[in-house]
Amino acid sequence: MSSVTALNGATSNGIINVADAGLMGMITLRGDLASAGMAKAVKAATGSPMPAMRQITTGKSGAAAWMSSDELLLMVDYADADAVVAKISKSLGAAHHLAVNVSDARAVFNLPGDQIRDVLAKGSPADMSNDAFPIGEVRRTRIGQLAVAFWFTDAQNAKLVCFRSVGGHIMRWLENASEIGSEVGFH
Amino acid sequence: MLSLTCPNCGITADETDLHCDGQAHITRHGAGSNDDDLETYLFMRNNPKGVHFERWRHVYGCGKWFHAARCTMTLEVFGTYSAQTFEPPKALINKIKKKRPEFEGFVK
Ligand SMILES: [Zn+2]
Repeated sequence: MSSVTALNGATSNGIINVADAGLMGMITLRGDLASAGMAKAVKAATGSPMPAMRQITTGKSGAAAWMSSDELLLMVDYADADAVVAKISKSLGAAHHLAVNVSDARAVFNLPGDQIRDVLAKGSPADMSNDAFPIGEVRRTRIGQLAVAFWFTDAQNAKLVCFRSVGGHIMRWLENASEIGSEVGFH
Repeated sequence: MLSLTCPNCGITADETDLHCDGQAHITRHGAGSNDDDLETYLFMRNNPKGVHFERWRHVYGCGKWFHAARCTMTLEVFGTYSAQTFEPPKALINKIKKKRPEFEGFVK
């Protein structure tokens, strides 16, 4: 059986474009982020250093996003996720932690465009200004009434993650919020 | 509009990204306690017109709990502080007293 994303390749073109980001390996990793063992496990899994508060770091084989003071979201190749989880568990051993493959429990969007901040601000109370939310930070907030996390990969591109079960709703929300003619011109 | 700065992730979050869980620093009385203590724990809350100490959770953000001191009449926020404490920090109490001379101090 082959894997499919919640969005199944959906795209829309408006004042920003919205696209299914395809299959992405995602691992929830919880534990003591200040410990040397955790930093080592993150480095081995993604090639990236331990992210500081609200930061996302990238490395040769993935990225690590700070979700809370004891939780990270690791992003790796979809096919590698289970093996990476096994590696992390082995490396952390008896240290109190949780590592789980959540790849199929999430939906991921690519959002290319130069009005991303304006579009996301239509549904989220997060401060979308460049000063408050620079490239390299992850923001966990809501869109409408749904929990999401998003971050900018550069000035023209953002990624957004939500729960798989509400992927379709977020797709329709983003499509609607980026309708041609609905430009805001604030950010 | 109310916004509180979450001490766990540093975000100044809108009220709609947060969840309030009522009065902070209450003493829990469970099985084996006497009826009066249990009643106090379950039902009795301070409700002054003014300074409140509350538990909040950054529910759409980092998911962590914290404490906030604010005025429920003016919505002025005096400060937020760690959830891992049994009473408000002295510095915060002093700050509130300076702003509100009539504030009688933290009452459990
Ligand atoms: Zn927070």
